[in-house]
Amino acid sequence: MNGTGTGARLIARSDAALQRERRYAARKRVNQVALALSLGAMAFGVFWLLWILWETVNLGVAGLAWSTLVEMTPPPNEAGGLANAIYGSFLMVAAATLIATPIGILAGVYLAEYDPQGWLGSSTRFVNDILLSAPSIVIGLFIYAVVVARFRQFSGWAGALALALIVIPVVIRTTENMLLLVPAGLREAAYALGAPKWKVITLITLRAARAGVVTGVLLAVARISGETAPLLFTALNNQFWTSDMGEPMASLPVTIFKFAMSPYENWQQLAWAAVFLITAAVLGLNILARLLTRNRT
Amino acid sequence: MKRPGGRRTGAWADRAFGWAACGAAITTLGLLLAILASLVVGAWPAIERYGLGFMASTVWDPVTNEYGGLVMIYGTIATSLIALVIAVPVSFGIALFLTELSPAWLKRPLGTAIELLAAVPSIVYGMWGLLVFGPILATWVQQPLQALLGGVPFLGALVSGPPVGIGILSAGIILAIMIIPFIAAVMRDVFEVTPPMLKESAYALGSTTWEVVSRVVLPYTKAGVIGGIMLGLGRALGETMAVTFVIGNFNQLDSLSLFQPANSITSALANEFAEAASGLHQAALIYLGLVLFFITFVVLALSKLLLMRLRKGEGARA
Repeated sequence: MNGTGTGARLIARSDAALQRERRYAARKRVNQVALALSLGAMAFGVFWLLWILWETVNLGVAGLAWSTLVEMTPPPNEAGGLANAIYGSFLMVAAATLIATPIGILAGVYLAEYDPQGWLGSSTRFVNDILLSAPSIVIGLFIYAVVVARFRQFSGWAGALALALIVIPVVIRTTENMLLLVPAGLREAAYALGAPKWKVITLITLRAARAGVVTGVLLAVARISGETAPLLFTALNNQFWTSDMGEPMASLPVTIFKFAMSPYENWQQLAWAAVFLITAAVLGLNILARLLTRNRT
Repeated sequence: MKRPGGRRTGAWADRAFGWAACGAAITTLGLLLAILASLVVGAWPAIERYGLGFMASTVWDPVTNEYGGLVMIYGTIATSLIALVIAVPVSFGIALFLTELSPAWLKRPLGTAIELLAAVPSIVYGMWGLLVFGPILATWVQQPLQALLGGVPFLGALVSGPPVGIGILSAGIILAIMIIPFIAAVMRDVFEVTPPMLKESAYALGSTTWEVVSRVVLPYTKAGVIGGIMLGLGRALGETMAVTFVIGNFNQLDSLSLFQPANSITSALANEFAEAASGLHQAALIYLGLVLFFITFVVLALSKLLLMRLRKGEGARA
């Protein structure tokens, strides 16, 4: 009796062990499949990055020549370059940055130092998030309605304003976040020395948060350098060199849009060269911004 | 400079600086109102004429001056959904790899690479999609799929249409490639704030890596993950250039086909607005812009709500 009982128990136990083992094997298999898929996903992501960069460099460098940098955008099937588009992009991005940075930093200061909890602060923060995720083409529509339609003129200023509206929320967000990272002790020490609030902010906290704020501005500049949508019906385009921001103005992204969609061989080649220039500039700015914050920590 | 005078300027400067900061905040606040107001004013002729029925009509005909936005709204939503279906699992896999699998020395370069992919301007994706990816998709994916599914009832309809690498499917894929880095970066960040104690406890109980991620990390970071997905969705909905190049700009909606050239709100705006005569055509386009703004606002508000619930609950932080 006793013997058979032990035997049955032994069999039952080994059965259970077998089952457990089988279940464990199944779990391990699921795990392996999941991990393999994850590896695959990573490879997938990197694959696109490499492919896009490769094509950009490959086709872009082929279209790049000295004339690309010094000649104007040509009519179809004629030689030319991108000089006016590069210059226009530069002017509008610079103007947008100059307009937007002070407003963005001031508003960020307000959110972090003056009114972190109050209704004005909270609603500004909420609105800022909406602006941050607003489709850039809608910003273009807005500027069209309030600037272009009013003055009956597409202009570089309108383009710069549209870009500025994209920069402002980015700068506000980073300024606020960076200021909140500044230790309260610094502020209190400055106040204890009798410094007025504006001096505390400009000379102590903003200075302490400088690297972060500059990074935010750089990232915003990188973002608008590649923006096309808000320029389409604000700055429009211009075939010629102009420094007058009251006139329609060419820019690299809009030129790419026009040239890439065209059937002309030389236009497409210039578009690839422009894509290469923009990608290089944007990635360069991003890497610079990264280096800035890394050195700080 | 005399001291008392200096002090008085100090107080004055203090107030001026405070006002300037407050003014900048109010400007930001006013911007949103101004955007909304100008869109409503600009779209008013179309709103007055069509009302909400605008969003249910598929007619878009500048010649007879009749406008309805359904084709574009459908295109925007369809491409964004395709993008999400592709991007979410891939981003999850990438985040899983970066937080759990990757050797330490690879984490940083791979993470940076993904973030750089997010920084590439969308026009680059668009042009690459049109000139490089589209033809490849047409030859190697669309034509075989058509040959394979041509006769099947429902699926056949999905893959009908000209296999030229332009249309809803290509736009969706390009959008997916574009938003993968955004979603992956957010997911990685929220996965990383899961307390190690929780994960290690699960490992100590004999869980496999997959079980730890799917039953501990994911539930813990649920709201943050959904917030990240919403962020990507918002991005996809509002994207202009990547879509405009590859969607085909075709204002008709006569089949379910994913290969069919179509149109989206953003690409209709990009292609037609500068040339539209002022009047009803322009108003209808601005109406479309208003609809788009509203959709992205709803998506953002939803993700905000989720994140708020997450901060209240005992979950992770984004």
